[in-house]
Order: sequence, then C-alpha cells, then structure tokens
Amino acid sequence: MPRLGEKTQYWLLVLPALAIMIAFYIVPVLGIWQISVTEPASGFGNFAKAAQSNAVKTSFVLTFRVAAVTTVGCVLLGYIVAYAISNYAGRLTPLMLALVILPFWVSVLIRSFSWIVLLGRSGLVNDSLRGAGLIDSPLRLMHNEFGVLVAMIHVMLPFAILPMLTNMRGIPDAYVKAARGLGASEWTAFRQVYFPQTLPGVMSGALLVFVLSLGFYVTPALLGGGRVLMISEYITYQIQEFLAWGLGSALSVILLIATALVLLIAARFVNLRNALLERK
Amino acid sequence: MTTPILSVSNAVKRYGDVHALDHVSQDIADGEFLTLLGPSGSGKTTLLSAIAGFITLDEGRIALRDTDITRQPPEHRDFGMVFQGYALFPTMTVRDNVAFPLKVRKRPAAEIRARVDECLDLVQMGQYADRMPSQLSGGQQQRVALARALSFHPQVLLLDEPLSALDKKLRADLQWELKALHDRLGVTFIYVTHDQEEALSMSDRIVILKDGKIQQDGKPGELYNRPVNSFVADFLGKSNFIDVTVTGAEGDLLHCEAKGASFPAIASENGPRSGQARAALRPERLRLAAPGEEFLPARVRQVSYLGERCQVIVTHDTLGDLLVSCPTWKTDITPAPDLPVSIGWDRDACVLLAPE
Repeated sequence: MPRLGEKTQYWLLVLPALAIMIAFYIVPVLGIWQISVTEPASGFGNFAKAAQSNAVKTSFVLTFRVAAVTTVGCVLLGYIVAYAISNYAGRLTPLMLALVILPFWVSVLIRSFSWIVLLGRSGLVNDSLRGAGLIDSPLRLMHNEFGVLVAMIHVMLPFAILPMLTNMRGIPDAYVKAARGLGASEWTAFRQVYFPQTLPGVMSGALLVFVLSLGFYVTPALLGGGRVLMISEYITYQIQEFLAWGLGSALSVILLIATALVLLIAARFVNLRNALLERK
Repeated sequence: MTTPILSVSNAVKRYGDVHALDHVSQDIADGEFLTLLGPSGSGKTTLLSAIAGFITLDEGRIALRDTDITRQPPEHRDFGMVFQGYALFPTMTVRDNVAFPLKVRKRPAAEIRARVDECLDLVQMGQYADRMPSQLSGGQQQRVALARALSFHPQVLLLDEPLSALDKKLRADLQWELKALHDRLGVTFIYVTHDQEEALSMSDRIVILKDGKIQQDGKPGELYNRPVNSFVADFLGKSNFIDVTVTGAEGDLLHCEAKGASFPAIASENGPRSGQARAALRPERLRLAAPGEEFLPARVRQVSYLGERCQVIVTHDTLGDLLVSCPTWKTDITPAPDLPVSIGWDRDACVLLAPE
C-alpha cells in the first residue's frame, strides 16, 4: 500500500468530525441567519423590531446581569476551592478533583430539578426553616432571579474551578516560600506574589463561565419559572409560542454577535488561545 | 571561633521513619562562607530549610546570636535567600523583584530606589532593571536573585544550589564572583550544594552530610587531604581504597601491609592507629614510573586522556585495580595498555580511615 502524504492523513482524520459539524451545525446556523433576514419579509425588519422592543432590551440586560453575577459568584467560590485543592489537599487531590468533576456526570436537567426540590414553596429549605420555627410563611426562593443565580452558580462552578486549578497547580510553591523568606507575611506573599500569577486562570475561568451563561437555557427556564426570561428562553418563546421564526432567528444572531463581541473584548486582556484551548 | 552568628544544636527532623536530620549540631561564625555538602537525601536542604524557617524541627534548637529562633516564622528571621531555580516573581520586573524585600519592610521610596540601583550594579545587572525575569538568561536571573536576597542587608545569606541549573563554564565564572562578593560584603553565606568542586572552590568551611548526620567538617584542604571515613574520601574527589593491617607506628607515620605489599600511611583525625583498617589513596598522589623505580610493580590496564590530565587504571598482582591520575605534560613514560610500570606515593598520601 502506498504511504499517504502527511497532509492527506491529516485531512482523513479530521474529515468525519468536520463533515458532521458542517452538516448539522454550520449549515443550520447559516439557515438561521438566512431566516432572520427573510421571514416574514426580506430585509432587516426583524432587527429593527428587536431594537425597538422593550421586552427584548429587558431580556438582554437581565441575561448579561445574570451571566455577570454568576461569573463573579463562580470565580469567588471556585478560587477558594481551587486554592484549597492545589495548596492543601495533598494526597486527597485526586478525590477532590473527582468531586469537582462529578457533577458533569449528572445531567444539567437533573441538577436543576434538584434545586426545585430544594428551593420550592414546600421544598427542603422552606420546610426545614418552618420546622425550626424561623419563618412563618415560605420564602420565595425560586421563580425569581435569586433561584436562577443559585442554580446557575452551582451548575457553572466546575467550569470556573478547572481552569483556575490547572493554573494554580502550575505555580511552584517556591515563589511564596521565596516571598516569605524575603520578609513578606503570609497575606502579603499571597496578595503580591501568588495572586497575580493566578490571574490568567481567573480570567479564563471567568470568560468560560460568562460565555456559557449568556446562552444558557435549561437552568434559568426551570428555576425562573417563566418569570426570569433570559434571552435564550425568550427566543424559544418567540418560536414555539408565537411562531415568530424571523424575530427568534434575529435574536439568535444578536446573541451570537454579542457573545463574539465579549470574546473580542476579552481577547484584548486575555490570551484566548491559552484561556480556552490549552489551559496553561 | 568567636561567638557564632548562628548556632544549630541537636537538630532532629523526621519524615516517617526517615531521619532527615539526626542530631545535627553546628556553629557558624560571623562572616563565614559555609557549605553544606552531601548527596541528595543527605539532609543538607532540610538543614537549610530549618535555618530559613520553612520547616519546624522535631527536636533541637536554632539560635541567631543569643536569640532562640527555632519557632520564628521565616519572615521574621531576616535572612536573605537564593533559591534553586531562583524563584524570581514572574509578574514583577527585575527592579520590583529586588525592591520586594524593601517594600515589605516599608522603607521609604527614595531609599528603595537608591538601594535597588546599588544592588543591581553590584551584580552588574543595572541595565536590565526594567526587564521581566522571563526575558533574562539563567545566569542573569541568578544575579538578580542574588541582588534581591542582598537588598535588605541581611546578616546571613542562604543559598540553595544556586548554580545547579547553569552550564559548566558559567558556573565556574559565577563561583569566582560569588566568592568575591562574599569577601567584599562580609555577610555570612550558608551554601547548599551536591557539587564537590563548587564546595571546595568557594568555602571557608565545608560540612559533609550523609543520612542526616554530619560526617566531617573543616576547611576544604583538611577534608580533602584528611578524610575521616570512606564516604568523605569518596564523595570529595576520588579515592582508591585498600584494606590494610597496621604493622607498626613511628610518630605520625604508620607502617601498613596489604596482601603482601607494604607501604607507609598516616592516620586521620580520630582514626585507627593499629589493627585492621581501610586506607584511602588519592589518584593524583600516585606516581607512575618505569618498572623498578617505585615500590609497587603494576601493569597498565586502561588509559583515558582528559587534556590536562590522564587517568590510568593500573593492576597490581594482589591489590587489584588502582586509579592513577597523572599530568599529561609529564612525559617520563607514556602509559599504554599492558605496559609494565611501577607505582608509588609519598608517605602522607595514604590515609587510614575510621569506620563509617
């Protein structure tokens, strides 16, 4: 058998995945772009309508706010977890890592439903609080932004922890030791020597969580109960309830562009290649 | 020795069943260049870490002049430290790195600026002040690490294998510089290395460790010429070992016999002066000559030419193989395999060792 050239081998290996991506992802996305400028009439009418609609504006503001708060929450909590694992877990590190990754084995849907069980009117939290006599009537813990945020932070947490952990595990403890040896207190050594070195991990974790949160559907839809309408759910409404394919598609295109803009702005501060692909 | 600047007494550190430090005591004089030398796992780095305050001793005491510092955290000890791999802070410029110890001590900005310039000039790195560490070569990083460790006028400078990552030639140059710097500043240096050449070339005094115990300490020449046991004799330079029986003594001089051959030897400090013992013989102290000129007949087995020196393995009928290192410019005979020769040595070249 004649040896295939390196280039041919490369394309043969890439081809199956590439074909699936083109047939089932790129083509449909292009289709959506097309619908957004053709339904119900040709032109940019859908985009004009979206720009004028207060409901759309509210949904976008809400989407960005939820994504931002989720990101801050995940980075704060995740930083502590990543720091603890990389500096103190020692022999327990593999177990701790497994516990971080474990939620990935459970569907997002199930995790979100679990939060409903916990946060509902007669959910575990409310029942316990009432049983303890701390409250008289149930607290509204879900079907509002609070519920969405709690569940979102939970679902997104591993995405923040993993890049930060990879980054922290690559920082030799010699730096902090050196700082202490040169006269810095534990806190000063952390703040001036350790923390600046973890910023790339923080940035890539934050970016990952923020971008994923922008288009997230399941968790906000379940925990929001139709009252916290993030843009992806809003799009679903347009298409499923009002059969407004044109407006729905236009909103999808706007979300895609908005996400691309976020990445573009982030690229000015973070090395995206490292942040999202190589995870150094 | 006057009052020691640093005094370690009965230091013990255990990791599980392993004694990283096994009752180590050592006084370090003010201004001394002391080297802790040993193979990996000998406890030299553990001892340095204990002095620096990174690990806590299980037993024993460390005192700085008259103050007990055994339980003091590292930042209060005021020792400069140069790490293996330098540990320059990668997010700070060279200037900020050197300024770091001064900033955490809250010195005034003007003083910091002046002192940083002074220190960078001291190690000839003034022109690189605004670079990041990653833009410097290994040798340059090493100099910056040194400037950083010295910037706050520490009383003691701790160095953990600072040259081990550099190539051989650069290492030799920096050895001279480090020694010159030490002599100029008068700061006490405590230097950890596994490299015996480094230890011999720079130190005022060397402490040789093995398995957490001090084997011997003394001036480089003393250790080299009068090793106390076979570990020291073999770790510091090379040695031939011969098991001998002492047959008589004349003052310092001992008469020895080994498998039919007899020759003179001297005793090491606290070493045996009678009975059975092991003798060490430096390869460069052995003389190679034409047959009959020296007291032991032998035959050349193998020759290795090294430029300035020539290593020759000779075989004696009963003593077996001996390594001889002779200068190549001395051309009384040209060693070649199978050449019959004779070997001999000065009476003080052969040292009887204490058992380990």
